[in-house]
Amino acid sequence: MPELGTSSDIVFMFLFFFMVTTQMRSTEVKVKVKLPEASEVAKLERKDLASYIYIGSPNAQYVNQFGTETRIQLNDSFKTTNDIRDFIAAERDAMSEADRSLMQVSLKADEDARMGIITDVKQELRRCSALKIMYAARKAAVK
Amino acid sequence: MSSRKTPGLNTQSTADIAFLLLCYFLMVSTMDQQSGLQRLLPPMPTEKQKTEDTKVNKRNIIIVRINSSDRLFAGDQLLDVSQLKDKIKEFITNPNDDPNLPEKEKKFIEGFGEYPVSKGIISLQNDRGTSYNAYIAVQNELVRAVNEVRAEFCKQHYGKPYQNLTEDQQKIVREAIPQKISEAEPKDVTKK
Repeated sequence: MPELGTSSDIVFMFLFFFMVTTQMRSTEVKVKVKLPEASEVAKLERKDLASYIYIGSPNAQYVNQFGTETRIQLNDSFKTTNDIRDFIAAERDAMSEADRSLMQVSLKADEDARMGIITDVKQELRRCSALKIMYAARKAAVK
Repeated sequence: MSSRKTPGLNTQSTADIAFLLLCYFLMVSTMDQQSGLQRLLPPMPTEKQKTEDTKVNKRNIIIVRINSSDRLFAGDQLLDVSQLKDKIKEFITNPNDDPNLPEKEKKFIEGFGEYPVSKGIISLQNDRGTSYNAYIAVQNELVRAVNEVRAEFCKQHYGKPYQNLTEDQQKIVREAIPQKISEAEPKDVTKK
């Protein structure tokens, strides 16, 4: 019977690694989002300052209810552009005073989405003066 | 009594417990890197500002337009996405001081000295029917053009890539070669 004395230590190390690097999945994404590819992406420095807006067509189990049209998802539910204002206000309130000016909105839009809906979202963000945005994209190799 | 040893702690199960926890964290963790193209939107114009439109010299602006069938126009030329980068680079650098390309303004940059900064602005227009994929591809090419011009500047003046410069030096580079991309007010390009 071989000795397995160190295996628990190794497992512990793994455990700590995952505990430190993990980020809890806070929202369930209900729309199909396949991010477009881009080679010049920059990393998001502070994840805690980012708010996410998902744009895409609803997943299969929501098609009956919401159809296949491109929809906006804020937090856990389908919303319209009119709700963005409240969403941004709520996100702002949740932040500390000092961080509010650094707030960033990450637009996670499906690559098949049309610019019409994205323009609407952008206009609404401008109206709420949430001007720092990021077009989320996958890192791609330079062609 | 003092001679009695403390009983050995049963540690057989700690590995199992740790393993269960490990599995739990493996399941719930998302390690996706958040990355993307960062932009600053222009603030919404107030009523007063709407009337006075800033006049920009025609040579200082290049209009990049994507129509509803994802065709790309730069200036008035029909281009492929792969050609856009070089077009923009030429637009920013204006190597031969072409009177049709943007003028340069000698500007004093702190810590560097005078440098002819291009006054060119890239105006990006799109249609409501443009696909997001095409839009990001074009945005990416624009950023790539600016980054390449910056890389050349770094190589020429500092002899090392942008990432290896100090923060102050990076600021100088950003000031010497600004990234002026304007995302135009939405309008239907194909309508007219």
